[in-house]
Formats: sequence, structure tokens, C-alpha cells
Amino acid sequence: MGMTMSQKILAAHAGLEEVTAGQLISAKLDLVLGNDITTPVAINEFQKAGFHQVFDRDRIAIVLDHFVPNKDIKAAEQSKQCREFACAHCVSHFYDVGKMGIEHALLPEQGVVTAGDCIIGADSHTCTYGALGAFSTGVGSTDMAAGMATGTAWFKVPSALRFHLTGRLPANCSGKDVILMIIGMIGVDGALYKSMEFTGPGVAALSMDDRLCICNMAIEAGAKNGIFPVDAVTEAYLAGRCERPPVVFEADPDAEYEKTIEIDLSAIEPTVACPHLPENTRPARTLGEIKIDQVVIGSCTNGRMEDMEAAYRTLRGRKVAQGVRCIIIPGTMQVYRDCVEKGYVTAFIDAGAVVSTPTCGPCLGGYMGILAAGERCIATTNRNFVGRMGHVESEVYLASPATAAASALTGYITAPEEV
Amino acid sequence: MNTKGTVFKYQDNVDTDVIIPARYLNTTDARELAQHCMEDIDASFVRKVQPGDVIVAGWNFGCGSSREHAPLVIKTCGVGCIIAKSYARIFYRNAINIGMPILECPEAVDAINAGDVVGVDFDTGVITDETTGKTFQAQPFPQFIQNIISRGGLLASLKED
Repeated sequence: MGMTMSQKILAAHAGLEEVTAGQLISAKLDLVLGNDITTPVAINEFQKAGFHQVFDRDRIAIVLDHFVPNKDIKAAEQSKQCREFACAHCVSHFYDVGKMGIEHALLPEQGVVTAGDCIIGADSHTCTYGALGAFSTGVGSTDMAAGMATGTAWFKVPSALRFHLTGRLPANCSGKDVILMIIGMIGVDGALYKSMEFTGPGVAALSMDDRLCICNMAIEAGAKNGIFPVDAVTEAYLAGRCERPPVVFEADPDAEYEKTIEIDLSAIEPTVACPHLPENTRPARTLGEIKIDQVVIGSCTNGRMEDMEAAYRTLRGRKVAQGVRCIIIPGTMQVYRDCVEKGYVTAFIDAGAVVSTPTCGPCLGGYMGILAAGERCIATTNRNFVGRMGHVESEVYLASPATAAASALTGYITAPEEV
Repeated sequence: MNTKGTVFKYQDNVDTDVIIPARYLNTTDARELAQHCMEDIDASFVRKVQPGDVIVAGWNFGCGSSREHAPLVIKTCGVGCIIAKSYARIFYRNAINIGMPILECPEAVDAINAGDVVGVDFDTGVITDETTGKTFQAQPFPQFIQNIISRGGLLASLKED
């Protein structure tokens, strides 16, 4: 029986000719990742278990991004613990303030991850790297500790849902609208334990930033991983970025999928996920006048250059509505620098927005934009759970950068074409 | 191994942000974190929970973040077992890795009420609602996972190999 793309990568990393869904395997890891919240727990477990060495200093990435620049004394202590561990073990891919970025925007940009990799990360959005044709999945801190010590992890081989993409996205839509629409269709556990494999002629017209955004939110449908085939777009993105050569895997023609779901990209509309689950999606144009207090444009989902461009196209020469706080957070130092050089930062400030150094900050209710009781935010982030961005009585609506920027101008949730 | 205690019952899609809000994740101290367990969904939970008590919930328990702090705070509060209709996969994996007993049993979740006294036998997977007298059979863990749990978690099992 044929294997899916994810199964092929897992088989290769387990040293097996073939794997089948449900099989328990031990696979070699190309990269083990952690951040400033999950790594301290992993370090404690690593040390408690009596390990003294990491398996390969070049295959570990530690990115300080959630609460840095440090939001308080305790966060500073956690960053310090990560810094000392990275230094003691000569971790090659350690990213501190000044060269850090939001991990899932940063590692693809810096060429730390590539096609064909098998990756675990102690962050649920590690599934982002499937956009490059890698098998990549989120785990907890104990798995990170075990991965750092042994270079391996156990997996239950996933079955897969196939999303067959056709057509081309309308100009007012991006990858965020695609993945929000899909989550609305299949639900927050619609892909539980499964791979989401994106295929079909529609793939070619999706940019790498769109693909990264789509795979990023596979976890919001419960998926183990999301993955795109490697094509000319992937090759162009990877060229000159990664020291390690990409390895291209393809699904077998007779691969078995639990289900194939047809997605016509040309029929996608600007989509918003209403509180308090990412599956509560509606077309933006149908929402009526929902007043907002805050806009956040950034995060590991939408902090890349195309996201900043979408915000710039909407905000330049205009003003953020009275009473709305608009917070723009470039995902990495490179994106930040590009925004400065292209004049986006000036345009954002002139529009009445603020521009922050890269951080996960408000997405998880950490800092840099916490909501009070009764306040409402439209955000390009990935979760709108109860209390996610602040008070339990605050609300988060998830949307694309174009929709969020349009909403900043009007003060209520607004589809991009309406401004 | 067994547990017996009072049931705290929750709905579908209990996410990691309500189990332990990220605003508290600036520490790894389990006891400090546990003071905020379930805070955004059930503010009285920490005050009421007793060692051995049981959390019963619907589909997709533990969805959202990969934070291992989530099963850790539930364990630290003394909860003896979680029974849900299904679990988000990272939460499931984390619970096993830190030795927090969790069972999947949709029938039990539908029948058990908040406040019931429930006993769980981990060896057999039998769940007994002592308040109503009903019993339920949960899926036992596969052997591979039983080995991790019986050796005291993932890292302890790696050291033995």
C-alpha cells in the first residue's frame, strides 16, 4: 500500500521501508526546537534525568520570543536559564534579543529548517514548517528534553486528510482566509491526530508566506502536521538559505487518505473566526457592525513580509479610527528591517499605529496589548479562546492582515474590499 | 493503581489557555502554577479540588498550546485521573510523558454528573460511578505507552533503555 508524504518522511527517518497509519516508530530528528516558555521546563527535565550532553549542538534551536524583551523579572529569569544552557552546550541556533524573531517566522527565513526534515518543537505551531515539505510537529517540554538528549522521538504514524486545491485566490484573500475557512469546515478537532496534506493544481499559485500561514494553523484543526509538496515555489524559497540540502519526498500515487476534501481557492472569501473557537468562522462581509478596541497584526501566523505589505497597502496615507489601538509586530528582525527600509514603519506610524520589536507578546496574553474586560480585538493571530489576549470577558476575532488593517480604519470588523 | 474522588465536569474543547493561562507562564514552579489551574473556566476549582478527584470532560480536551504546564498543574492539584471523550494530541502525549493518568471513555462522560464520586482502576480501565452504581470500560493504554508510564515517565524510561 502506498504512503502519504508525511508517512514517507517518517519511514525514512525511522530507517524503515514502509510504515502504516497507527504504527509506533522511533524516528531520527533533524531539529529539536524550544522557546523561552517551554525550554526552561525541558532544561529542568534534562538535568533531572541526569543527561550531560545534547545529541548534536547544530540540531537544536532555542528561540527567545514569547516574553522577550523580558516582560518582567520572572520572564527574565527564564530567558537567563535558556541563555546559560545554550551557552553551556554551544547550541548553534540560539536566538536572543537583537537577532531573534518569532520562532516559526524566523527558522524558515534563516534556513534552519528545510524540505524532507523530521522536526519536533516544544511549541504547538511547529507544524508551520510543513510548508517547506518537512514533517514537523509540536510536542511538550519532556519530549524536547528527550529529543535534545537522544536525537530521536517516538511517533504514532498518522493517517491523513487530503485537501485538493484548485483555482486561484481572489486579490483580497490570503493563506489566512484559506485555513480559517478549512477549520470552519472541519472543526477544531476535524484533523485530530492526522496529517493535513495539501495537494492539487491550486498549490502552485500559493506563495510561501501563504503556505507557512496555512500549515501554521493545522494545529487549530487538531492536526499532527500540515504539509505541502515541494515545487518551484519551495525551491526558489530554499535556494541559498539552508546549509543542509533539501530532500524531496512525494506521496505515492496510491497513498491512502481518510478523506479528500476539494477546495476551490477562487471561491474563498475574507474570513473571520469569532469568539471563542477558531472554528466559529463567518465571511467578514456578513458580520454586521462589530465595534473593535484593538487591532493586532503580527504573530507566527501572520508576521511575515507579505503580511506587512498587506497592512501597508491598506493603511498608507490613511488614519486608524478614533478609539482604536493598532499594534503591528513584524515577525523577525529581517522583516522589521525591511519594513523600515521600505518606509512601511513611517506609514504605519503616520496612520496612528504602533510598531513593536518582534515578540509573541499579545497573541497569548503575555504583554504588549492585553485586553480589559469587555474589550474586543481583531487579530491576525491563531487562537481566540476565552481569556487568550487578556481578561476572561474580552474577545478576540481572528482574521487576515488585510481584514485586520481594514478594520483598523473603520473601527469595526470590515472586509478588505470595503475600504 | 487506582484513584477515587469527586467529579469536576466540563464541556468540549477545554483549551490549555483556560487550564493554565499564559500570563502565569513566567515560572516553571509547579506549585505556584497550580494555584491558577482552570482559573479562566472555573475560578473555584483550586479551592475545592481534593487529592484523588476526577476531571470529566467532552471532546478534544487540552486543545491549543503545547505547554506541558497544563497536565502538570492538573496533576499538581492532586487530580487522580482525567476522563474525556477525546484529547488534543499534544496534551495526550504530555500527560503520558509526565505520568498524569488519562482515559478516553465517551459513555462514561455522558453518564457521569458533576459532584458524583467516581473510582478508576487503571490496570483494568474500569470506571465506577459510586453515586449511581454504573460502571464503564475505558480503552486501556497500548503496551508501548504502559511501559513509559510504568517506568515513571519518558525520561526515566529512556535512562533504562
